[in-house]
Amino acid sequence: MYLNVIIAGFGGQGVLLIGNLLAYAAMQEGQNVTYMPSYGVEMRGGTVNCTVVISSEQIGSPVVGRPLSAIIMNQPSLERFEPRIMPGGLLLLNTSLVDPKLASRPDIEVISIPMNKLAEGNGDPKLANMVALGAYVEKTKVVSLKSIIAAFPHVLAERYHSLIPTNVEALQLGSRYMKDYGGK
Amino acid sequence: MGKGRIEEKGLDLVKGNEALAMGAIDAGCRLYFGYPITPQNDIPEYLSKHLPLLGGEFIQAESEIASINMVLGAAATGTRAMTSSSGPGISLMQEGISYMAGSELPGVIVNISRSGPGLGGIAPSQGDYFQATRGGGHGDYRVLVLAPSSVQEMYDLTIKAFELADKYRNPVMILGDAIVGQMKEPLVRRTPEVREPPKEWALRGAKGREKNVLKSLYLGEGELTQHVWKLHQKYERMKEDVLYEAINLQDARLVVVAFGSVGRVARTAIEMVQKEGYPTGLIRPITLFPFPEEVIWETSKRVRDFLVIELNTGQMVEDVKLSVAEGTRVHFYGKPPGSMLTPEEVAEVILSNMK
Repeated sequence: MYLNVIIAGFGGQGVLLIGNLLAYAAMQEGQNVTYMPSYGVEMRGGTVNCTVVISSEQIGSPVVGRPLSAIIMNQPSLERFEPRIMPGGLLLLNTSLVDPKLASRPDIEVISIPMNKLAEGNGDPKLANMVALGAYVEKTKVVSLKSIIAAFPHVLAERYHSLIPTNVEALQLGSRYMKDYGGK
Repeated sequence: MGKGRIEEKGLDLVKGNEALAMGAIDAGCRLYFGYPITPQNDIPEYLSKHLPLLGGEFIQAESEIASINMVLGAAATGTRAMTSSSGPGISLMQEGISYMAGSELPGVIVNISRSGPGLGGIAPSQGDYFQATRGGGHGDYRVLVLAPSSVQEMYDLTIKAFELADKYRNPVMILGDAIVGQMKEPLVRRTPEVREPPKEWALRGAKGREKNVLKSLYLGEGELTQHVWKLHQKYERMKEDVLYEAINLQDARLVVVAFGSVGRVARTAIEMVQKEGYPTGLIRPITLFPFPEEVIWETSKRVRDFLVIELNTGQMVEDVKLSVAEGTRVHFYGKPPGSMLTPEEVAEVILSNMK
């Protein structure tokens, strides 16, 4: 088993958090894993991304030039990463913030998800990242949703533990959306 | 690595810089002196929290020059001590490192390098290879240099660094970059036996014994010559601690040499070209000094093409050229510090050197 994903968006959308959750869950399932945050002189409102590699074999590069999959939460990230996705790869696109017509690759699978809108309907638009992660895990089955839920207390600082239930709700919402979407 | 080391404390997803700090603690290091600089601040952050709880001492010094001299002073008492910094800070420390080498004092110096020259930037870089392996400071001396390429190695090699520093009474440098410092991977942390040799030379009070003298100034007739020859013999002995990782050397038509984070990128690139039917090997030096010249020499008697890949414009390639057998073609592909190498790019370079 080998899968890699680039998760990208604005600073503050929580892309690093869902990268951490995914990596932690995969580790707990016995996989090899690397998590690499984008690193540079970052600023508020700027773009941020991370790369997660999950493999049953030893992982060489934590850096990925052409990802097999991507979760794109804003437009600048689509412009930057869509051309790099491997042919036949997967793109989960946040259509609350990006016009789906801007995704131009015919040779990849693009799944449109109104991540912010769904999260807002659930009571907190800030949890768009959890909707994305729930959908991604449902689509790829790279880890179980249960493992993601179990990862929260390890990944989140203790002062945020009271927020775990609402995060889990948004996660499950994303997962259900993908299940229904798959039927379309 | 880490064989024979006791029960596992379990697995955690840990940042490279934090793993290094954990390694220092598990090696019995209780004294840290340093001055902040990106991209290594997670190291002092972790140690500032944990060392005081263990009865140790964390000091944010007024400068890197002060930091290294505090390490020198602590080492003189026979206590395991360390500092960490990045490129510009390591430059400031060179005088102190030279004095430590001259006085034969152990100590661990960590360089999670930036891209220079000057202030440069904070992106991944291997531009400090020369500085690390060629001494950096004045005088005829060497430091042992370890180059981790994973979070687990950040931990294991830090423990190793303290052991080697004591074994040779010499400074040991750990050379990393923002990739191995900032990435997270599962870490197995063990309960180490702290293997510290007796330090009869240490300054701990001379009551009831001859006084110990630790110095690097030798003015007597022939004294310095004798001292430097002695140091030289020590650097020669260090070859018994050469470490490297070798992959696919048996059937390789071309061997890639790359260290640290780039060694990992190269590993994936090699897997890619192997799949296309191009047998390629990898030598990843783990000790940069002593350099794994023997395995390179032996391999080059069979494999005529070597490809050195670095995140600089050509530094380690000089050591590879010095190591290979006559007639070996040593190719080089590098990018200036601050840019990034991907496996896809490296795979293309390998193929272009093979076809």
